[in-house]
Amino acid sequence: MQYYLLIPLLPLGAFVLNIMLGRRVIRRQAHWPSTLAVAGSLVVTVMVLLDVMSGRTLNEDLYVWIVSGNFKVSVGFMIDQLTAVMLVVVTSVSFLVHVYSIGYMQDDPGYYRFYAYLSLFTFSMLMLVTANNFLQLYFGWEAVGLCSYLLIGFWYEKRSASDAGKKAFIVNRFGDFGFGLGVIMVFLTFGTLDYVSVFDGAGGVAAQTINILGADVNLITLIALLLFCGAVGKSAQVPLHVWLPDAMEGPTPVSALIHAATMVTAGVFMVARLNPIFSLSPVAMDVVAVVGAVTALFAATIALVQNDIKRVIAYSTISQLGYMFIACGVGAFGAGIFHLYTHAFFKALLFLCAGSVMHAMGGEVDMQKMGGLKRYMPLTYWTMLIASLSISGIPPLAGFFSKDEILWVAFNGGGVGRVVWALGTLAAVLTAFYSFRLIYLTFHGEFRGTEEQRHHLHESPAVMTVPLAVLCVGAVAAGWIGIPPIISSVFGVEDANWFAEFLKPVVGHPEIEAPHSTEALVMGFSVAVAAAGIAVAWVFYIKNREIPAVLARRCGILYRLLFNKYYVDEIYNATVVRPAMLIARYVLVGLSDGVIIEGVVNGVPALINRFGARLRRLQSGLLQSYAAVMALGLFLLMAVVVMVLK
Amino acid sequence: MVPLYWYLWLGGVVFAIGVFGFLARRNIIIMFLSIELMLNGVNISLVALSHYMQDLRGQILVFFIIAVAAAEAAIGLAIIIAMFRNRDTLHADEMAEMKG
Repeated sequence: MQYYLLIPLLPLGAFVLNIMLGRRVIRRQAHWPSTLAVAGSLVVTVMVLLDVMSGRTLNEDLYVWIVSGNFKVSVGFMIDQLTAVMLVVVTSVSFLVHVYSIGYMQDDPGYYRFYAYLSLFTFSMLMLVTANNFLQLYFGWEAVGLCSYLLIGFWYEKRSASDAGKKAFIVNRFGDFGFGLGVIMVFLTFGTLDYVSVFDGAGGVAAQTINILGADVNLITLIALLLFCGAVGKSAQVPLHVWLPDAMEGPTPVSALIHAATMVTAGVFMVARLNPIFSLSPVAMDVVAVVGAVTALFAATIALVQNDIKRVIAYSTISQLGYMFIACGVGAFGAGIFHLYTHAFFKALLFLCAGSVMHAMGGEVDMQKMGGLKRYMPLTYWTMLIASLSISGIPPLAGFFSKDEILWVAFNGGGVGRVVWALGTLAAVLTAFYSFRLIYLTFHGEFRGTEEQRHHLHESPAVMTVPLAVLCVGAVAAGWIGIPPIISSVFGVEDANWFAEFLKPVVGHPEIEAPHSTEALVMGFSVAVAAAGIAVAWVFYIKNREIPAVLARRCGILYRLLFNKYYVDEIYNATVVRPAMLIARYVLVGLSDGVIIEGVVNGVPALINRFGARLRRLQSGLLQSYAAVMALGLFLLMAVVVMVLK
Repeated sequence: MVPLYWYLWLGGVVFAIGVFGFLARRNIIIMFLSIELMLNGVNISLVALSHYMQDLRGQILVFFIIAVAAAEAAIGLAIIIAMFRNRDTLHADEMAEMKG
């Protein structure tokens, strides 16, 4: 099964090739190495998937990376069911994004650079999901962060883009700080960073506490929460979600890649991968679930009023990631991964459709200036409609099955479960509403842009629409491998939730003892509210289009609060960014740099200069004064000799 | 019989006159002559000591010194003439370009 190594190595090779030869040699052909490499990875992934499905998993160390005292880290790979699912998601979405970008990035001067970064991004994510120890996970984790910085700030000549790249990187630092501490705590506790050894030892330390600032804290809870900090940053959960909407400054295919396959899913994957640690700490699990639920609702409310087409989808990503954490928090890691997997398809599809719309509109992102595009770009319209239905949770599309499973396990989750379920269901209504608000504003009604834009409207080329069609199939059918028994029994199949069965060896599966009638009720309820959300959107944006404006005026404060994203950015600016800038300007630049370092750097030469000015007077150039000094010296020397030696 | 220290005194005085001349006079030719005086002051003491110790090596050394002084005089005077041609002066203080 050694060929699995090709999966990360092919994109790495493409990256090296493109970054070294891209500018001079490959140039406009830069898509070939990258796309072929990721296609190769996809093929190998399918082979690995078949292997794993036949029960062959693998965990091996290939190479000893670091040895220092009792600290030993290897480069190793773990291929199991969870990894296989992630590999499929990453390589397939990444492949489609590569193909789509051939059309979308066509005339960009940084073409080769774009493909080099895409390959590096894919490589990093593949390393992250295949790691078999914490340090390698951390490597992939940081490499993904680096690539997001490079790609979000891809158009670095644009101020807002380079700022957004920096913002993504710095906000992630906050989470990664916790994550790094978590990894260190893991090592201090278990003496190793290898997954299997840590998981085996986790049960033994479950009751241990550690004293921090006088308070006894459960060790496992501390580790789990620190690790979760990283997930909050990377998966854009409240309160570290601020980087993700700004990440829309990057090229749209990158948004699709970040949101669907790489980067943001890393947090969910990490929690699922480390489920033996998280499961041991009820406190940490509750925190995960509550953060997820709050984020799901929080982001959904913001998405209601945004006008930037990509930002709406960005907030919907944050919201959907919240669902995944809800699932993890109530112990249904499999359901979280299931949603991650279906979400990858319909979210990538939404982004690529948005890219297609922007392509037709000449880069316009304001939905208020669109409208009526259905006529001009039918394929984009239909695929986006299906993606929106899928994300809204309308059966029998992919999103329905995964979202329903999450809400059902949350409903039975006990503890915070019911609260989380209520928040999740509320978010589901909003999801349906904002998704269809987007559809209605963009594709229905009459065109509200300029005449020039109207003439330019066109369906995108095949290289862009074919990936849409392929993803559309995924957005429809991806959920069919995880059909809950209550539905499949109608068709005479007893157990059709193959996905949960497949992942069970790695992440387990919560047994739910509840009557089918309750399950049907919960399921029916969530579908009904989703439909209600769509209906309300129809009333607001098709039937009676004065309502939104009137509502915005009536609830002015609420509207402004949502429109300004709860002022989170402003709060961070005032509490974190500005103090940091002031400290940088006055303490670091002003005092440390300006006084201390400059003082030393300028002071030493000045001292030498002054001393030298005195000393050089001795060098008068007068022959006889030298001779006089010589004679004097000779005289003194002789006097000393005579006096000492007698 | 003239005692040794008279000779040594004589050599020392000649040498001291040379040193004084070198330091006090500003004319390069005079300074050059003073150097010759210093050499000869040394020569006197070498000859005196050679005779006193009944060792001929001192006198042999004197011959060498005289030979070297002759060569030095030839080269030194040539340099002095060259300097005079270039600067129209032989004043030592005027030649102080090599200062820091």
